[in-house]
Amino acid sequence: MGVVSRVADLGRVALDVLAGLGRAGLMLWGAIINVPNISKGLPLVVKQIYVLGVRSMVIIIVSGLFIGMVLALQGYTVLADFGTVESLGPMVALSLLRELGPVVTALLFAGRAGSALTAEIGLMKSTEQLSSLEMMAIDPLRQVIAPRFWAGVISVPLLTMMFCLVGILGGHLVGVEWKGIDSGSFWSILQASIEWRQDIVNCLIKSALFGVVVTWIALYRGYEVTPNPEGISKATTSTVVQASLAVLALDFLLTAIMFGQ
Amino acid sequence: MSDSSSLQNTSPLVEIRHMKFNRGSRVIFDDICLNIPKGKVTAIMGPSGIGKTTLLKLIGGQLTPDSGEVLFSGENIHQLKRQQLFELRKRMSMLFQSGALFTDMNVFDNVAFALREHSGLPESIIRKVVMMKLQAVGLRGAAQMNPNELSGGMQRRAALARAIALEPEMILYDEPFAGQDPISMGMLVKLIGELSSTLKLTSVVVSHDVDAVLSIADYVYVIAEKKVIASGTPDELRASNNPQIEQFINGRPDGPVPFHFPAEDYQQEMLNGRS
Amino acid sequence: MLTRKVELFVGLFLLTGLLAFCVLVFNVANVELKSSKETYTLRAEFNNIGGLKVRSPVKVGGVVVGRVSKITLDNKKLVPVVTLTMDKEFNQFPETSSLSILTSGLLGEQFLGLTPGFMDDDIEMLADGDRVHDTRSALILEDLIGQLLYSVSSKDN
Repeated sequence: MGVVSRVADLGRVALDVLAGLGRAGLMLWGAIINVPNISKGLPLVVKQIYVLGVRSMVIIIVSGLFIGMVLALQGYTVLADFGTVESLGPMVALSLLRELGPVVTALLFAGRAGSALTAEIGLMKSTEQLSSLEMMAIDPLRQVIAPRFWAGVISVPLLTMMFCLVGILGGHLVGVEWKGIDSGSFWSILQASIEWRQDIVNCLIKSALFGVVVTWIALYRGYEVTPNPEGISKATTSTVVQASLAVLALDFLLTAIMFGQ
Repeated sequence: MSDSSSLQNTSPLVEIRHMKFNRGSRVIFDDICLNIPKGKVTAIMGPSGIGKTTLLKLIGGQLTPDSGEVLFSGENIHQLKRQQLFELRKRMSMLFQSGALFTDMNVFDNVAFALREHSGLPESIIRKVVMMKLQAVGLRGAAQMNPNELSGGMQRRAALARAIALEPEMILYDEPFAGQDPISMGMLVKLIGELSSTLKLTSVVVSHDVDAVLSIADYVYVIAEKKVIASGTPDELRASNNPQIEQFINGRPDGPVPFHFPAEDYQQEMLNGRS
Repeated sequence: MLTRKVELFVGLFLLTGLLAFCVLVFNVANVELKSSKETYTLRAEFNNIGGLKVRSPVKVGGVVVGRVSKITLDNKKLVPVVTLTMDKEFNQFPETSSLSILTSGLLGEQFLGLTPGFMDDDIEMLADGDRVHDTRSALILEDLIGQLLYSVSSKDN
């Protein structure tokens, strides 16, 4: 009997997971097909870009600067052993563009904006604001979910671009200003080794996909929240945990596809 | 006040027929039938936790019954396509227990919201309409305030202004009197009564506040134990000698509706000393 | 509903993001907008191209005059074929010019060095689609070491 009930439990959990995925997929689909229109949707998206993007700018830029500087410092000590400190530029730029830029931006975004999204939607649900929209014959997917989704998908790649650029400048700061690498060779070797389709376009693709995943998870966790304080705090935590894990797993997959060959 | 037979003869706006609804394995409603007559105040009463809010959500099409049907002016709400359901919902509105005002806009924008979405009126006219609705609930002066600056009673009145903004045919009130001080309760009772008599609104009031409900309702349904156990005009209910109704209306702690949640024999459990 | 401040900040945000993208594309990846700049192509066969890559520069005395646009293997001769995209501005190289694969620094990037050949009356200038015959392959460190060891041991004998 014990075994049977355990197998039954397992089956139930599997079915729950599957149903959850289905609901998440339906929500994503609803957000995607409800592309905001110019007159009513655009102001909502603009407001959400402000909340999600503009307010994340400071943390993204500061983190980018420091990560670039630390990379340069660590790289310098290793490269100095081989006498090729001029390769510091490509090392910093390639690490940022290919991996750290998209990944760290997405992780920071999940912590800074994703958790706030979940809490906000969860609170809107528990105060019956979403139900209230339904009863006003307004689809909450269109009014609440879609603008936030699109704002997230627009914001993350832009934040990533800022992160990478500031990081490279941070690397320049340490490499050239502090450690005294020749500025000309720093930039020329950097420019020669970065290929825009391979590195920058892939960086954009990665960050856009991360934007989709993080925003999607955050919105879904909020939308499916158990409407009480404990439920909201649980949902906020699981947004950060699940979004971070999803970003790291997806990053490995994308790196394998883009650079693995 | 009219008697129950004449009320039942006016054509109903909402008919619920043999509806069953389960939540998980728990049965919430078992074979419920009720009619909500047009232009009257219908109250649905019952002890708390009986699923009264669920009933409103079933009428509003947010939940789907397991069997049976809910008709709104002859149309089966749960067989409509999403677009048709949304069209239908423009003819009804719901006042939520918490008010459910949108916290990211001020009172004016809250009331104007549905108008801007659905009416297509120019902003100057919307402004006039909103001010009229706010005047009706006595909150014209609070138009620029944020919902969290209002007291609970004011929030509910603001939500009422929002609910009547599109001039619906029917308003569903979810526990409008819960947690209100006597003054704001009196205001709400007066408002609901005025709205239904002057605008010929059909009102459905879900509440367990016996006195307030009996003072405004034209017709009352009492729900307990998954079923409609009684219905009639307030006078008929007061005169009822059904012990369950009597207990509920007079608010006695024990009676046919037991004080104790079903449990094992008390003496037995205490003696056994084990759980 | 939207304040002017929010609109301004969002505008600024979008602009900053796009600007960062443009700086990355044009300054970091060094993409030239004038890709329609007039070019001509040359081909060359090498025995070994070492670490030469697509987009590696072609230099004459250190001045970049073109880039490697394609690297393939000739299926019959089984030697690498490199296609160069040369700047039309520099089109006065005689047929006798030679190409060699050089390395910037000991471990640096590899590039193609173009050494202009001698001029004569019956020698024409390299034009679109021409092949550079005189090529020198990349130096392979292992081969060098092997030769060194060989010559050292042969001297011993």
